[in-house]
Amino acid sequence: MLDYTTIRELVNQAQAQGVTIGRLALADQAEQCESPAQALVQRMRQDLEVMQAAARDGAERELRSTSGLTGGDAWRMRDYLARGGALCGPVGARAVAIALAVAEYNAAMGRIVAAPTAGSCGILPGAVLALLEQGLADADAAVDGLFCAGAVGMVIANRASISGAEGGCQAECGSASAMAAAALVQMRGGSPEMVENAVAIAIKNQLGLVCDPVAGLVEVPCIKRNAGGVTNALTAADMALAGIRSVIPADEVIQAMREVGESIPCSLRETAQGGLAATPTGKRIREQLFGRPV
Amino acid sequence: MDIFDIIGPVMIGPSSSHTAGAVRIGRVAAEILGEPVRIARIGLCGSFAQTYRGHGTDKALVAGILGFAPDDARIRDSLNLARKAGLDFSFEPRSLPGAHPNTAVLELWGKDGAHCQVQGASVGGGNILISHINEMETCVTGERDTLIVLHRDVPGMIAAVTGRVADSGVNIGNFRLSRPHKGAEAVMTIETDAAVDPALLDTLRAVPGILRIVPIPANNTL
Repeated sequence: MLDYTTIRELVNQAQAQGVTIGRLALADQAEQCESPAQALVQRMRQDLEVMQAAARDGAERELRSTSGLTGGDAWRMRDYLARGGALCGPVGARAVAIALAVAEYNAAMGRIVAAPTAGSCGILPGAVLALLEQGLADADAAVDGLFCAGAVGMVIANRASISGAEGGCQAECGSASAMAAAALVQMRGGSPEMVENAVAIAIKNQLGLVCDPVAGLVEVPCIKRNAGGVTNALTAADMALAGIRSVIPADEVIQAMREVGESIPCSLRETAQGGLAATPTGKRIREQLFGRPV
Repeated sequence: MDIFDIIGPVMIGPSSSHTAGAVRIGRVAAEILGEPVRIARIGLCGSFAQTYRGHGTDKALVAGILGFAPDDARIRDSLNLARKAGLDFSFEPRSLPGAHPNTAVLELWGKDGAHCQVQGASVGGGNILISHINEMETCVTGERDTLIVLHRDVPGMIAAVTGRVADSGVNIGNFRLSRPHKGAEAVMTIETDAAVDPALLDTLRAVPGILRIVPIPANNTL
C-alpha cells in the first residue's frame, strides 16, 4: 500500500510496475477502500461530469455571484476566444475560460468538485477539459489523469497543506496547479518522472502566494487566480514534457512550501486583513457588502 | 484521507467551510430535533456573522434544516423553498466568547412540539463539530458513525445503552456523557466502528428514560 508522503514513492512504484501514477493510485485506493477499482473509476467519471456541467453552466453571460461582485468573465473569455487570435493559443485560452467558468460558478453557488478546495476548483477542470475538448486526450485518459492529480494532492496534503488558512493561496491554487500539471503530463503520455518535474515546477512558480480574499469571499482575487493557476500548470507541463528538469526535487519543493506557508503572517492566510483585501478598493467593497467593521 | 477527499467533495459553492459545512450543521440539528421544523432561530458568530450573506451561509443552514445534502442544487433557492414550506426562520449575530469563528447556534421548534438547541462549528474542508446540544457539551464530528442519545439522568442508563450496542456486535470507539445537573436531561455521544442496525435503534428507543436516539452516519453521507 502507498502512504502518499512523497512524490518519489509514487514515481518509483509506477516505474517498477510499468504503469502510470494514475493507475498506481487507482489500484492502491481500491485496496485501501476495499472497493472494486471499477467503482472508483465510475465515481471519478461522475466527478468529471460535474466538472463538465460546471464549465458549461458557469460560462453563462448573466451569471452573478451571491454577493453580486463577480460573474460573466468566463463568458467574456469564451467570446474573445471565439473571435480567434488569443495570445496563449486555443488550448491555453480554453483552459483559462474553463477555469474562470468553474470558479465563477462556485461563487454563484453552483455545483462543483472541490479540487482540492472550492476556492481552487477551476484549475484542474480547466486543464483536463481543455485537453479533452481540443481532442488531445480521451475520457479514459482524463479519468486516469484525475487519479494522478489526486495522488499528488494527497502527498501535498500530507506533507504541506491544502488549506489557505494554514498555508496561504499557494496551498490552494498552488496545490491545484501542481495537481493539474501532473494530470496534463500524464494525459500527454509523459513519464512518471516528467510528472514529478511538472509538480516541482508548478509549485515553485506559485511559492509564497498569499491568501487575501476581498471581504473574505471566495471571489476576488480567487477566481482570476484559478486562471493563473491553470496557465501555470500548462507551462509547467510543457516544460516537463520537453524534458526540462526541476533543479530542486518535487519533495523538497513541497517541504519548502510547508515552511513558507508556516511563515506567512496570519493577515495573509484567509483572514481578509492584508494584501488585496486591505487595499482601499478591497476595504470599500467590504464596507459596501457588509457595512463597517464593528 | 482517500483520493476523493482531494478530488471532491462534490458540493455547492462557494466555500467548503461557509457553505458545505453549514449545510451539515443544519442537517444534524434537524436530525436531533427529529420532526419537521416549524421555527428556526439561528445565531451566527464570528466569520459566519460577518460574511454569511456573501457566502450563502444562511441558505446553506436553512437547506440543511430542510434536509438537503451539501451537493443539492436547491441550496441556492433554499430560503424561498423554506418560506413556501411554512418554515419561520431568522438570523441574528451572536457573540460567543471563545467559540470557533465559524459557529452557528440553531434553536429549533418542531411541528409536533419538539424543541432543541444545537451549537455547531464549521471547522474547515466541510468538516463540522457539534459542540453543544441543549446547552450540554458534546463533541460530535460525524467523522465516524455516531449515536447521539438524549436521556434522563437516572441510574443504569449507560449500561442499558452500551450493553445493547455491544449485544448487537458493534464496537464502541469513543463514548462521552454530558449533563448540566444531576437528575436532569443528559446526552451520550457514542462513536461506533460500524453503522448500527435500525432494529437496535428501535430497541434503544424502547428503553425507559431514553428521550431521543439520533444516528449520525459517517462523513460522506451527511
